[in-house]
Amino acid sequence: MWKLLKIELFKIFKRPRTYIAFGAIAAIVFLFQIALWFDGKTYIELILGNIDASFDFSDQFKTHLLNGYFVCFAVLNILLIQMPLLVALIAGDVIAGEANMGTLRLSLSKPVGRTQYLLGKFFASTIYTVLLLLFLAILALFGSMLLFGINDLVVFRSTSIHQMSQDDIFWRYLAAFGYAAVALTTVASLAFLLSVFADNSIGPIIATMSIVIVFTILSEMNIPLYDRTIKPYLFTTHMVAWKGFFYVRSNEEGATIKGSIENLPAILKSLSVLLIYIFLFVGSAIWIFRRKDILS
Amino acid sequence: MNLISMFIVFTKCRYCKFFFVTLSLLFYWANANAQTAEEILKKIKTKLGKIKDYEAEGKMKTNVAFIKAPVATVKVFYKEPDKILILNETGISFIPKGSVNININNIFVNMQAFDIIDAGKDNTGLRIIKLLPKDDTADIVLSTLYVDEKNLVVKKSKITTKENGTYELEMNYSKFLEYGLPDKVIFSFNTKDYKLPKGITLDYDDGSEKNPDKLKNKRGTVEINYKNYIINKGIDDKIFRR
Repeated sequence: MWKLLKIELFKIFKRPRTYIAFGAIAAIVFLFQIALWFDGKTYIELILGNIDASFDFSDQFKTHLLNGYFVCFAVLNILLIQMPLLVALIAGDVIAGEANMGTLRLSLSKPVGRTQYLLGKFFASTIYTVLLLLFLAILALFGSMLLFGINDLVVFRSTSIHQMSQDDIFWRYLAAFGYAAVALTTVASLAFLLSVFADNSIGPIIATMSIVIVFTILSEMNIPLYDRTIKPYLFTTHMVAWKGFFYVRSNEEGATIKGSIENLPAILKSLSVLLIYIFLFVGSAIWIFRRKDILS
Repeated sequence: MNLISMFIVFTKCRYCKFFFVTLSLLFYWANANAQTAEEILKKIKTKLGKIKDYEAEGKMKTNVAFIKAPVATVKVFYKEPDKILILNETGISFIPKGSVNININNIFVNMQAFDIIDAGKDNTGLRIIKLLPKDDTADIVLSTLYVDEKNLVVKKSKITTKENGTYELEMNYSKFLEYGLPDKVIFSFNTKDYKLPKGITLDYDDGSEKNPDKLKNKRGTVEINYKNYIINKGIDDKIFRR
């Protein structure tokens, strides 16, 4: 299995397209950081505009607010919606790409079981996803911490504001990145499943992107009919649960409880839903692939 | 019996004379000790006037329906006549508008601008003094002070403004009573509704968001517990420009 995994990783990282995702992430994060470096106060004022009738915000407040943790949260808020597309670029190609090049039949002629072969490819896609996230973490978190310094993190939700002290944030990012790895693996497993059906990698990549976009729009819509019937079952609804690590509980006096998570059971439930999806997608891919006539 | 004959009887009676003199003395003593509202405010102003500036360190708790914030260590800087700054040097603190009123000295800066009305005493024995601005265009419509006459400190105040509703201030005195500076201040204020579009915040719906209607039009409080004051050591004006 380890040998298979090494071969698959070699294949992934040999292709130039693999590095498109890394380049895209670096470009987005860098552009975002530059924008906030030069005009961060405008962005902050835009967010604070809703409550500036009740509070005085000094320049020092705005400077403290625009710190590395805040910038990283803003980057993740934007980028973790786009990242599934970058993951699909590789995961949608792992089987369909081989079929397209006509090497799939040849690969399967080796003394390796189809299940093992597929799992090798899936784990390679997962490692790629984790590396992509690690790259994002280094740029968005450590890069922003270096550029903007650290301070308390203030998270602006739709109807509430959560503030965490600076010594209570780093572990939340570790947990959030861990969760995001599972969320993106779900997308990778979907692309992987679709890849089994196709002989051309464009199809599974486009199909995965389309599903993620449609599901994300449905997840973000606030229509009671969808809230009760469709949204709880969409994996995209649960993919944003990494933010739950930044929602804190407060005591009766409204003070943040250090180290608390507002609704950990909800995050664990979302995590379970994603794990079930991964199991279903990968299981289905294996089940279908094992019965498939490989003609290319 | 007419009044003259009553007076003759009264002056001839020894006990009546004693009673009359005692009653007169009591009446004089009571009047001599009863202070007018203006006098009380002047005395408080004189007491507070001894403080040219101070720097205080304290713990600040913010209790606003839609904000969850940790208890913060803040510094409060004051310089006469009316400069005040609440500063969180290392972290972030939401400072409510009107927090300048946490310094009661501000009321005494221009006493001539107010009509002073004595409104008696409340049920805890605090003297109620109302200040009405003479200027119709002033933002403050009415200030009500609850004064501890014995210690010459303002223990509570209500300030009603045109633009930002009513601010209330409660002050507890202990260690710094002799300077007229509180150990604890609770400042309550009106909060406007807070709402950002979900399309911007892209919230994770973990089922914990409260009903937004419950968060509307609530009063918020900021509580500062002072640890220490550094009084009259001089403060640079630059600090107030932050």
